[in-house]
Amino acid sequence: MTTSTLPQWFAAAQQEAWETYQSLPTPNRKHETWRFSNLKQLDFDGIQFAATEKLDLEVPADLPAGVICLPLLEALEKHSDLVEKYFMQNAAELGSAKYAALHRAKLTNGLFVYVPANVQVEKPIKVTHTVAGKNTAICPHTLIVTETGAKVSVVDKFVSADEEAGICIAVNDLIAGDNSELNYVAIQDLNEQSRMIQINDTTVSRDARAKAFTLNIGAAWARNEAYSRMIGEGAHSDMLSVGIPYGTQQYDQRTYQHHAVPHTYSDLLYKNTLYANSKSVFSGLILVDAGAHYTDAYQTCRNLMMEDTTEANSMPGLEINADQVKCSHGSTASPINDDEISYLLARGIRPRDARRLIAKGFSAEAYERLKDAELIDIVHDAIEAKFARIV
Amino acid sequence: MSLIINDLHAGIEDMPILKGLNLEIPKGEVHAIMGPNGSGKSTLSKVITGHDTYEVASGSVTMDGEDLLEMEVDERSREGVFLAFQYPAEVPGVSNANFIRAAMEARQPEGEELDAVAFYKNLYAKMDILDMDRKFTSRAVNEGFSGGEKKRNEILQMMMLEPKYCILDETDSGLDIDALKIVARGVNAMRTTERGFLVITHYQRLLDYIQPDVVHVMADGKIVKSGGKELALELEASGYDFLKADDLVGA
Repeated sequence: MTTSTLPQWFAAAQQEAWETYQSLPTPNRKHETWRFSNLKQLDFDGIQFAATEKLDLEVPADLPAGVICLPLLEALEKHSDLVEKYFMQNAAELGSAKYAALHRAKLTNGLFVYVPANVQVEKPIKVTHTVAGKNTAICPHTLIVTETGAKVSVVDKFVSADEEAGICIAVNDLIAGDNSELNYVAIQDLNEQSRMIQINDTTVSRDARAKAFTLNIGAAWARNEAYSRMIGEGAHSDMLSVGIPYGTQQYDQRTYQHHAVPHTYSDLLYKNTLYANSKSVFSGLILVDAGAHYTDAYQTCRNLMMEDTTEANSMPGLEINADQVKCSHGSTASPINDDEISYLLARGIRPRDARRLIAKGFSAEAYERLKDAELIDIVHDAIEAKFARIV
Repeated sequence: MSLIINDLHAGIEDMPILKGLNLEIPKGEVHAIMGPNGSGKSTLSKVITGHDTYEVASGSVTMDGEDLLEMEVDERSREGVFLAFQYPAEVPGVSNANFIRAAMEARQPEGEELDAVAFYKNLYAKMDILDMDRKFTSRAVNEGFSGGEKKRNEILQMMMLEPKYCILDETDSGLDIDALKIVARGVNAMRTTERGFLVITHYQRLLDYIQPDVVHVMADGKIVKSGGKELALELEASGYDFLKADDLVGA
């Protein structure tokens, strides 16, 4: 990027981030946040960072006045103070601090969406980030802010231009102001040689509702870290994910539901459907701070093992320091239920179709929680495309 | 043209349940099977339709001359035999409409697509006969359905798939009289000279609403008595004590 046009604060932050990246150790087996991870994927020798990225932005035609929706580099020039206020304000705490620093230092571009108070954007904003070239890395950032009473939905898509092994280190900051509604959908559909690190940081204020959904269908390996903090009473956070790995694909997922104040609600549902020699790792923690009474927090990770050569590791966790709390957590890894498959066969549905129908239904339970017809269709179509690739 | 069961012996592993059962259901007729618990009524329905829990030791089951026992469970269904389950499974995440549609698509000739508009028109028309709310199209298959809703959903599938032979396994159990009448309405709407029915029940009550042509009594894995619909009334009045007597026929 041409650093000359970037604000001083950002250039300084990038320099500092590069130093942080170099000073932090590469994760190893001893790091709890990297248990069961494939650490070989963190070898970035020979990687080149793209100077910029091809960014395809699809903005609804009737965007209300006052809404800012710009490529991040352009936003840094035109709305420097606003970006500075919200950009990467929280440390990455789920293991990837080193890669969050790398992301900041090598930022290639991204999207900035700012919705002023009481403005609702009904149609989703869509952006596609493309990785191109062998051993090339991009670092796209998505920063979304909804002020009081605002509403917006953003679809962030990550794809490859070619069949080369690329890298995408993406960070998204989702900041939902009081009584606002923020919906975020990430679709990771990189080619099957590539690697993905995605770090999510969601902040939910009073009476706000945030939904962060991630679909993993591409890449050789994807690491997702999702952190949601509920900082105002009445905050509601949905953390959703669907993964459909096949071949030797591996999806590594770490989550954190942080209830900082009373009367907050979070619901996490992660669903993976695994084929062939694919693997999933899930580690999730619910933290209820002292004083955060009347918290409702739920965490469910389910793995549907379509073949007995698949592997799923789950580490659910709870830390509750308050009273009057409703919490549950659970994880499962199981094949298709015999009764379900028998019932479909008894209606004449062929075994392969029956298994697929059940697998698709398994994923649908998670993404239907988006409760928005257009967002659901977008995810549904991406999932259909993935299933069409499974022989 | 009949569903013919000839000298059928079947069971679970080494335990015989059906012990030389003979039965013929011609198209156009409704046959009822009654009998005490454990006589093998449900087993019979599952062996005909191909549930893999049961093993057939000997005998035959043919549908209009086709050997059903040679076919996989899904193939039997497509060929035209249908079992309305006593306890239908729940299938989370799969909408009822998508499920029924997939079953109909499986019956489409190679290369032909199901007409989606015609499908929904047909589905809604059948649901109206069964007094089923439209919300049941988008709800997950049987998930959270009441007992009566599940049974209606079975009949809905039967009406949509238009099988040649329909087997109802205790479809009346657990139904109140209003639900029973609705289920019977669906079944009666399907009665034609081109379709045979086997109605398995504990209770004569169902047969007030679905009038059978023939009533069979099953005991210890065999049909031990057959008669007209008055037989069901006799059974209701005097129970199965006669099974201990020696005036049995058809065994």
